[in-house]
Amino acid sequence: MADVMTMEDIRAEASRLNIDLSAVDWNSVRLPPGEDFGIKSDDEDLNEEDSLEFDAGFGNIIVVDNLPVVPQEKFEKLEGVVRKIYSQIGVIKENGLWMPVEEDTGKTRGYCFIEYNTPQEAELAKEKTNGYKLDRAHIFAVNMFDEIEKFMKVPDEWAPPEIKPYTPGIYDTKVKMSLKLFGVTLQENLQHWLTDEKGRDQFVIRAGSDTEVLWNDARQVKADPVYKRPFWTESFVQWSPLGTYLATVHRQGAAVWGGASTFNRLMRYAHPQVKLIDFSPGEKYLVTYSSHEPSNPRDTHRVVLNIFDVRTGKVMRDFKGSADEFAIGGTGGFTGVSWPVFRWGGGKEDKYFARMGKNVISVYETETFSLIDKKSIKVDNVMDFSWSPTDPIFALFVPELGGGNQPARVSSNVMKFHVSLFQIPGKEELRQKNLFSVSDCKMYWQSNGEYLAVKVDRYTKTKKSTYTGFELFRIKERDIPIEVFELDNKNDKVISFAWEPKGHRFAVIHGDNPRPDVSFYSVKGGKVSKLTTLKQKQANALFWSPGGRFIILAGLKGFNGQLEFYNVDELETMATAEHFMATDIEWDPTGRYVATSVTSFLWRPRPPSFLSPEKEEEIAKNLKKYSKKYDVQDQDISVLLSEQDREKRKQLKEDWERWVNEWKRYHEEEKMERQMLRDGEASDVEEEYEAKEIEVEELLDVSEEVIQDV
Amino acid sequence: MRPILMKGHERPLTFLKYNRDGDLLFSCAKDHMPTVWFADNGERLGTYRGHNGAVWCCDVSRDSSRLITGSADQSAKLWDVQSGTQLFTFSFDSPARAVDFAVGDKLAVITTDPFMGLSSAIHVKCIAADPDDQVGDSVLVLKGPQGRINRAVWGPLNKTIISAGEDAVVRIWDTETGKLLQENDKEVGHKKTVTSLAKATDGSHFLTGSLDKSAKLWDIRSLTLIKTYFTERPVNAVAMSPLLNHVVLGGGQDASAVTTTDHRAGKFEAKFYDKILQEEIGGVKGHFGPINALAFNPDGKSFSSGGEDGYVRLHHFDPDYFKIPSI
Repeated sequence: MADVMTMEDIRAEASRLNIDLSAVDWNSVRLPPGEDFGIKSDDEDLNEEDSLEFDAGFGNIIVVDNLPVVPQEKFEKLEGVVRKIYSQIGVIKENGLWMPVEEDTGKTRGYCFIEYNTPQEAELAKEKTNGYKLDRAHIFAVNMFDEIEKFMKVPDEWAPPEIKPYTPGIYDTKVKMSLKLFGVTLQENLQHWLTDEKGRDQFVIRAGSDTEVLWNDARQVKADPVYKRPFWTESFVQWSPLGTYLATVHRQGAAVWGGASTFNRLMRYAHPQVKLIDFSPGEKYLVTYSSHEPSNPRDTHRVVLNIFDVRTGKVMRDFKGSADEFAIGGTGGFTGVSWPVFRWGGGKEDKYFARMGKNVISVYETETFSLIDKKSIKVDNVMDFSWSPTDPIFALFVPELGGGNQPARVSSNVMKFHVSLFQIPGKEELRQKNLFSVSDCKMYWQSNGEYLAVKVDRYTKTKKSTYTGFELFRIKERDIPIEVFELDNKNDKVISFAWEPKGHRFAVIHGDNPRPDVSFYSVKGGKVSKLTTLKQKQANALFWSPGGRFIILAGLKGFNGQLEFYNVDELETMATAEHFMATDIEWDPTGRYVATSVTSFLWRPRPPSFLSPEKEEEIAKNLKKYSKKYDVQDQDISVLLSEQDREKRKQLKEDWERWVNEWKRYHEEEKMERQMLRDGEASDVEEEYEAKEIEVEELLDVSEEVIQDV
Repeated sequence: MRPILMKGHERPLTFLKYNRDGDLLFSCAKDHMPTVWFADNGERLGTYRGHNGAVWCCDVSRDSSRLITGSADQSAKLWDVQSGTQLFTFSFDSPARAVDFAVGDKLAVITTDPFMGLSSAIHVKCIAADPDDQVGDSVLVLKGPQGRINRAVWGPLNKTIISAGEDAVVRIWDTETGKLLQENDKEVGHKKTVTSLAKATDGSHFLTGSLDKSAKLWDIRSLTLIKTYFTERPVNAVAMSPLLNHVVLGGGQDASAVTTTDHRAGKFEAKFYDKILQEEIGGVKGHFGPINALAFNPDGKSFSSGGEDGYVRLHHFDPDYFKIPSI
């Protein structure tokens, strides 16, 4: 190994050898393989990438251990048994079953290797037969061949992991580089974007192959770029719920990006062919999902779900199975998976997650990533469930098979429902409500978990049509009182329902005509009272401001992008707008701006404020006082902008004047010639028009003064 | 500014032209019949019958006595404006596209399309004071550019001809020698077919509109680019206000795609731009097809637009329009 040289030495050496350093193409320099000349590569990614892309090629081989040890005579019989078991699961390759024997005794060694056609079959075989009881003494232990090597490396003694000190803060690249030399890697302040001096928000936008993160700088009337990268993701990007990370999706897995000033890759999560991802609300965990073609076309798709720890990148738990097992809905009958499979409960602490199976709800806790009490909650025919956004409570609804002991009769005619609330981890049922003549239910939680509205569609007496009612649960009050309320015209179809964030009001779009009505209700004080109804609106979707109070009544898709901004405090329309054919509407996390789009546009979420509700209220009350500072800034910038603008305009105008004067000169010079062409027609009436032009210039002067006043 | 809707044509409009006094408006359409209207109230005065194909372009003499029209029936015709009688027919071997009278109205330029192996050409004809003396011979024929020549107009003092068309290049030709004097700078020029060209009232500069969704303002002598106006639609028609520093662009998506989109997505508005600042200042909606033709009244107080929808819309400006602050 060469000693590390300084740049001076290199220059001296180069001149001795007569090499022009500037002419050397450094990219063409290749070190001999395996030799790094004592220079550590700073490209850590490189090695990682390899491990992901590199396929050991033994992924379709499994090792079956704990087979009976048999003498030579019985070898064929045992082989027959093993082959019979394993060929049920998949196609074993020709000569793909190998059972080694002791050379001297001819006895088997108690294990064998099986090679399948595909890794998927091998995985399935491992899952299905690991723990398979051949007889009392022989319980199969099945592993992937690839994993054996991994197990060999596990040290016998357990060593406590090194704990890296956490150092928050922002470091410039120089400091980082020098620290890197000392082997210290620093965690950047991932929340740095929140400390933006101007209090701006970021958003990500995808167009073509480019994905770009920008600041929304309304004062400058244009977006300020932060980071742009072509082919950043293979299908979509997604912010984590608190905005710390931006997740990208690739063939080999998912990745999260973030950083103080730019976007660096923070972690990768290997999951081949990942299709969907979902963060837990506190962004501690990332759920990834993929579905794989079965080797046997008659089988259903195989589904793989991984739950990663976002910070360490460790797989906390994986779930594998057929698509049917993960299909949601007690009644079954449809394939495919409804996303998210796992729904997170208990607010930002990420303590619980649950999924619905056939007649069960499985609730897991994240301390051990296992089922609470080691068993699922059995709920026959459960149709749907929904977590409270803040508390470990979920609501579910179940059709009860009417007629009690005559279940066969009513399978297609569900009449009676009940809605229940469960408390986790105790699994106690907090409240239950029976409902009759129900055709369907839908649940809406208010963002603070204070209220739960259940929309109930009931059959009319003749059972020919349905009408809609609401059951309102006041979760935070004692015994959870329930309020029943109906729309003014209960036959109205409900098109959309939305709770005011953190508030006590909700909005409903209802009606059957092409222009439905919009009604606002308040539930303050335990009573549902109607605030107002707006008649005949071109709206089919509701978008509350994250701060409440304001709402956008949007007519998307069929209504061609009509928007109405409505103030619910004052009950008045503030403005109307149109974004033709807009498909998406997103409020920025502060409720200051609204983005309407037809491409993929996502605001970067902000974590919830640390201010107490009282403090927030105080600020809201004295907004004028607090906003003064920002108003002044706004003013300054608008003055600066108009100053620049005026400069530019003045310049343009001067240039133009110069042109015009030149033209005029030519025009004057050619006047005689022109008259000649016109047979000396005396009245060169062009003069008339020129006179008018002078008149215009006077007009321009007047308007210029007006701006100087500003 | 309630527009006057002028119904008379049965096919898409192709061209609009005011006479110098601004009291008459001539319209050309694909329905073979150029029409003359009162420019004030939109009343139809009469039609010029005789063409046997779409009429692409027209020009009227300074004294409003002669009208020249170019048609797809492979002819250009000279008409008596008042009586509507045909005075002369210039016959060609391919459709005539653009026509323009020279200063003094003693010369006219007519362009012909590439057709059946013939390349496009620019013809210069002498216009006789007495129609009985009129002959069909060309004084000059210019050839060279590939593709259709959509517009050809006379330069200052009839010394040059400016042409533009399908190959997106603006050219200046010498009318004495027939030589190509200049082509516009490729760097700054149009990227797609130039569809329209409008000269300033004093003839010092001109505006071209192109399917590349922009319009460009050029110096007529040096062919230097002065301004560019960007829009979101292909530009079919351009016009410049003789009164204020405004330019108007009209267009919209291709006619073949019209039926598949809502009229709001088609961007069929006439868009007004500040000529100097290149900023959009407003739009006039109305047509439910692309705009194919635009013209300003020489007094600058009204303008008209002709659409693929077969209508001419005549707009008299509100007093507010003249109060738009220019800078």
